[in-house]
Amino acid sequence: MKYAVKIEVSLKPGHSNPEGETTARLLVELGYSVEAVEVSKVYTVVLEASNMVEAEQKAQEMSKRLLVNPTKDDYTISVAEKK
Amino acid sequence: MNPEDIKVCILRAGGTNCDAETQRAFQELGVQAQTLQISELVKHRNLLDYDVLVFPGGFSYGDYVRSGAIFARHLFAHLGKEMQSFIDKGRPILGICNGFQILVEYGLLPGFEGISPIPEATLTTNEPAGFKCKWVYLKQENQGKCVFTSAIPMGKTIRLPIAHGEGRLLFPKEKEDVLLKRLIDADMLVFRYCTKDGQSADGLYPTNPNGSFHDIAGICNREGNIFGLMPHPERALYWWKQPDWTRHNQMLQYGDGKLIFQSIIDKLTKH
Repeated sequence: MKYAVKIEVSLKPGHSNPEGETTARLLVELGYSVEAVEVSKVYTVVLEASNMVEAEQKAQEMSKRLLVNPTKDDYTISVAEKK
Repeated sequence: MNPEDIKVCILRAGGTNCDAETQRAFQELGVQAQTLQISELVKHRNLLDYDVLVFPGGFSYGDYVRSGAIFARHLFAHLGKEMQSFIDKGRPILGICNGFQILVEYGLLPGFEGISPIPEATLTTNEPAGFKCKWVYLKQENQGKCVFTSAIPMGKTIRLPIAHGEGRLLFPKEKEDVLLKRLIDADMLVFRYCTKDGQSADGLYPTNPNGSFHDIAGICNREGNIFGLMPHPERALYWWKQPDWTRHNQMLQYGDGKLIFQSIIDKLTKH
């Protein structure tokens, strides 16, 4: 079965966010009333797995081995069947 | 070991820079230095034929995922066993700028309990944000464990250039103080950003150019043979590479960058 696994990596709470702050400042300069910008990265991984549980397990492994640095990153995983 | 017998491997990948300058720095000091593409090392060479391994600066693999992450995992996947043997033999490894990021992402630095399967720290976006390319002052705070700073007395201030957008060293927030104490107690702290006369940056920009925790610019592992720093010593090798050379009638032949390369050569030749 083919699955699309979405892994969203974002900054842990309490970490400063220079990229978001810079973007927010620019959006204000462009005339928008912006309070804050949070930045995250989304990886959509298309993979083969026998079921959704296995697809999620693989995504957990990928996150820990490459996509996430636990010092600063939080992450969420969502799995959907790929048609 | 004689200097001419020392073999240095400078390992590069797509996006690496200053590998030629790093090679030149070692050659200038009389040792053999070779720049190898990682694929060449995997297919045709043996890492254990070299005495020193260097990861140069740059933006390997376009800094995708995180700076240094892809190089580190690629290296682990293809040369993990050789890396382990190289480290077990206590051979020195230097990471400059992106090289430092690679060592952190590989789990070699700080390496409180040896090689960590997941990164124990991060080198992340500068604060204030932006790419910083400038000269900085660094205080040498290592008491003697780091093999790459043996030619720099403790407390001495040196000057090197930086060029990075992601050099802010962080430990997990909840463990910051504990890990800093461990770093100091185990003599793993090496360079801290400081003022020209060696006063603490106290976290303030621009003396601390990237918001790095405790003004840290360079650390070594607990054995002292693996060292990473954000500044570029290879860009401060010759006197004429320094920013104020036109304002002086006479300067020493070499800039402060030489001290890093000289330190490891001294260590290996005296061993």
